[in-house]
This record gives sequence, structure tokens and C-alpha cells, in this order.
Amino acid sequence: MRTFLAFIKKEFKHIFRDKRTLLILFGMPIVQVLLFGFAITTEIKDGKMAVLDLAKNRMSQQYISKITSSGYFILEENLKNYSQIEKSFKRGTIKIALVIPEKFAENLGNNNSSIVQVIADASDPNMANMLTSYLSGISNSFAIENRLVPKIPIKIESKMLYNTENKSVFMFVPGVMTIILMLVSAMMTSITVAREKEIGTMEILLVSPLKPAIIIIGKVLPYLVLSLINAFTILMLGFLVFGMPMEGSRILLFLEILLFIVTSLSLGILISTIAQTQQTAMMMSLMGLMLPTILLSGFIFPIESMPRILQILSNVIPAKWFIIIIKSIMLKGVGIRVVWKETLILTGTSLLFILMTIKKFKIRME
Amino acid sequence: MSRVIEVENLTRTFGHFKAVDNISFTVEKGEIFGFLGANGAGKTTAIKMLTGILEPTSGRGKVAGFDIITERNKLKFKIGYMSQKFSLYEDLTLKENIGFYGGIYGLRKREIAERTKKMIVRLQLGNIENTLISEIPLGWKQKIAFSVATLHHPDIVFLDEPTSGVDPITRRQFWNLIYQAADKGITVFVTTHYMDEAEYCDRISMMVRGKIAAMGTLDELLLKHTAKDMDEVFLKLARD
Repeated sequence: MRTFLAFIKKEFKHIFRDKRTLLILFGMPIVQVLLFGFAITTEIKDGKMAVLDLAKNRMSQQYISKITSSGYFILEENLKNYSQIEKSFKRGTIKIALVIPEKFAENLGNNNSSIVQVIADASDPNMANMLTSYLSGISNSFAIENRLVPKIPIKIESKMLYNTENKSVFMFVPGVMTIILMLVSAMMTSITVAREKEIGTMEILLVSPLKPAIIIIGKVLPYLVLSLINAFTILMLGFLVFGMPMEGSRILLFLEILLFIVTSLSLGILISTIAQTQQTAMMMSLMGLMLPTILLSGFIFPIESMPRILQILSNVIPAKWFIIIIKSIMLKGVGIRVVWKETLILTGTSLLFILMTIKKFKIRME
Repeated sequence: MSRVIEVENLTRTFGHFKAVDNISFTVEKGEIFGFLGANGAGKTTAIKMLTGILEPTSGRGKVAGFDIITERNKLKFKIGYMSQKFSLYEDLTLKENIGFYGGIYGLRKREIAERTKKMIVRLQLGNIENTLISEIPLGWKQKIAFSVATLHHPDIVFLDEPTSGVDPITRRQFWNLIYQAADKGITVFVTTHYMDEAEYCDRISMMVRGKIAAMGTLDELLLKHTAKDMDEVFLKLARD
């Protein structure tokens, strides 16, 4: 026990003396949550728009003011002819252009329909898509308000369940937590073990009476504690700053977080049995873990809209299952009876990694 | 005199490569045993087997009275080890380093404090207990590393190329430390590729391509191979 305590004490000293480590440990989670929460939202406001109003009458004016008063668009320019449209796009001052035809009011009056042209800057396809769909929504309601259309046969009344206000931050908090836990648990542990190998102290540890299992536990335990602190910080930020709901059981949430930390830690240790230097460990963690986690976990890009092959590939990403679990517990308030499958997958993965580590470690020892 | 290291037909292969090929030797208590050889001759592999962190492919050995395969957990308390890289943590102070090594060998706080004090006096280090190792000059670090490796009073200390990359004066001082340890009855097993360091050792074994090509005192080896120094002995052996 005394030997183990001496080891743990040393590990914490390494962590608290390295400013870079501290920054990653405590600065990054907070910055990331705030960044993702405030800066990155999937909703677009104040889309810059240019209008070429060829009709120039009351109807067209009403139509334009309906659009600009929606809050989604800002009227940036009033154009006089077609040739100006492309110039504005190229200057980058507008994202979308609307062309109202000369006979806008007449057409609406005569056959209840008129065509308006919308041109969007698709160099940013997401933005272009969203702006055009906003615009068609506003046009529809304009038509209904002015009794141009008697009644729409199917009217959709949508309700956003589990996230009524459609806040993207509800998606980002679990996502950021996953990334941070992965980073702290997997990357940091793999680096710290590789560091001992690089500076040659690993041999000293192996020659000493410390058992290999104790060395690994001693390496892992500090990061387990720090990961838990990080998870707590991120959740608190989610609750207090962004009003994230917590519908399910706190104990279950805690256990699931603990499980995911163990999965990541075992991955980190596995990497460190392969990597001989800190540099390699970091590259392996970043390219092999972080990138797939960010891209394939469904955190940013929905898995459902990925090509089939990537969908299949996403199944081996532990983060995918963890994000499903976290969202189910926090937003839907479900219990283990619903997320048992995902939990089982994570448990199995951890066991597999631990087994592989033991095997790898033995080969190296012999 | 008692034998502290006994090795019989020790062999270690990696795939088809025989890193250590059927070596046998004994080392007496308090002896300074020089394990010479070029880089890649198998010195480090041999040390790893003797310290119980690498299992031999065949053969057997006893170190400090314990079997290197079946009793390696007991063996580990009886040996000290210093590698060619520094075995000290740069981001910890001298005191913390000593505390850590004492701790993993199960020493009590009081024992550690006592031995630290003695060590600082012996090495004439002055007031650097709370200095980070990264701020201590290289020559000092080497001496500190050696003292830390013997902090738990081992029977045998294994030194793997302890003097590589150090200036001649520090090397000389370092060897003085080795003599002091040997006088106290600690057996010193030292590998080096500096052939001139052979004259500091009581007995020398010369490894060439995994085998022990020659063994004996310096004079014996010089006489046997009709050479004027160890460099010549080494060249003759390597050519065969």
C-alpha cells in the first residue's frame, strides 16, 4: 500500500507541474462547452439578402417586409438589375438573392400563383439550404395570410419532443463531454505511459518491486479522478448556463460516465503498450481516436445521413454508444431497461481492450 | 566468499535472432564485474534477464540467492538498477525523487529522510534538496541516480552503461562512488562499451555477438591475448 501511495503521489505531481497538461485538463472542457454552446449553433439568424424587385407595388413591398421582419433575413441591398446579383455574391455581401417578377401582383390575382426566383450562395451548402427553406416557409405563410390560397389540405403541427426549443446545445453538451473524456482518459494516459518509456524510467519501475498491474492502476487512477471532475464541470455548465434538462436517474448517469471513462482508459493503456514515444502516443490518439470520435460518433454529423459503409463503421466507435446513452438518460429520462444494449456494448469493448492490453504486456515482458 | 550471481547456459532468442547465446558465469559478493561488449552484443538483454524483467528462452540463473524466473518478486527487493538514460524524474525535486524511489521499495518516511541526509553529505551536494532535477548539472545527476539506485541497500546493483556521454572527470568521480559501494559489500554489475573502463573492474567478461568470448581479470585477458590494452583484446576477439 505504501508503494502504491508513493506512486500515485508522483503521478499527481507530474500532472500539476505541467502547465500544458493542466490547460488541457481544466481549460479545454470549459472553453469547448462555451464555444460549442454559444458560437456554434445550427440555427441561422440575419441571413444577408438582396432583393431585385421588378414589380415595385404594394403587394411586393408587403411580401418583402414580411420576409425581413421574420428575423431570419436582413435586407442588405436593393438591386436594380440582374447583372448586379452576381456581383453582390462575388463581393460576399449577400448569401441569398430574391427576384420578384414584374407581374407578381397580377399573377397572384389572376391564377393564385406566381413564381419568384431565389438564388443562394451554395459555397456554404448548409446555410444555403436553410435560408431557402426559411424563405419558402415565409412565402407560404404570406400566401395564407393574404388568402391567396384557400387552405392548405395538410397542415403540419409539429412538436419537438425532448428538446422543445430545438436547442443545439443539448446535442453539444453530451458531445463535448464525450470528446473531453476521450481526450483526458485515452490520450493523456497513453502519453504519460509513453513518457516513462521515453525517459527510461519505465525500466526502473519494472525492475522495482512494483507489480505491472500496480503500475498500470497507478497510471490510470489519477486520470479517472480528473475525468470525473471534468464530466462534473461540463454537466454543471450544461445545467447552469444552458439550462440542460436532467430527466433520468443521476446514479445511472454517473455509472454510465464511469463506464465510458473505463473504456477510454483501457484504450489509452492499449495505445501506450504499442507507442514507444510521447509523440507517437499523441498521434495515435489524435488520428486513431479523436478524429473518428468527432466525425463518426454522431456528435456533429448525423449517422443516419452517412453512407452505408460509414454507418457500419460508426458501430465500432465507443463514443457513438455513449452519446446515445447520455442523451437518452438526460433528455428522455429513460432507465437501464432502454439503454442496456448500449451499456453492454461499452462493457464488452472495455473488457476486450483490457484483455488485449494484458496479452500485449505479457509479450513485451517475455 | 559467496556467489551472488550464478548463471548457467542462459539463452534468449527473438525470433531467429539469438540475442544472448548460452552464457554461463558467476560473480562473487563485493566484486565489481565489468560486462563489456559493443553496442548490440547482448549486454542489455542479459541484464534484463538477470533483473527479472525478461524471461530467458532457456537456461537458468540465480541472483542474490533467488531464481530469476520463479522468485523474481523476492529478487526485486535485493537489486538496484540504473539505466543509461536518466532514471530520475526531471519535473520532481531531488527530495521528491528520493521519496518516490524509497516509497516503491517500501522504505519508511523516517528511513528515507535519514538516508537522504546521508546521501547529500556524502555527495557534497549542499542545499539542493528542493531543487528540480532539471536544474541540476548532468554530472551531479549521474551520481545522484547511482545513489538513488542503492538507496534501499541492495545486494547487487546493475549499472547499464552508466557513464555514456559523461566527461572523463565525472567518469572518474563516478567510479569512486562504485568503489565506495563495493567496499560496503554491494556487488556491482556494470556494462560499458568504453574499453578503458575495464581497468576499474575486478573481473571482466567480454561479449561478442551474444556469447561470452573471454572472461577473467584484466591481466589475465591481456596475457592470454598478448595485447597491451583492452581495445586490442576486443579487436582480436571481434575478428574471430
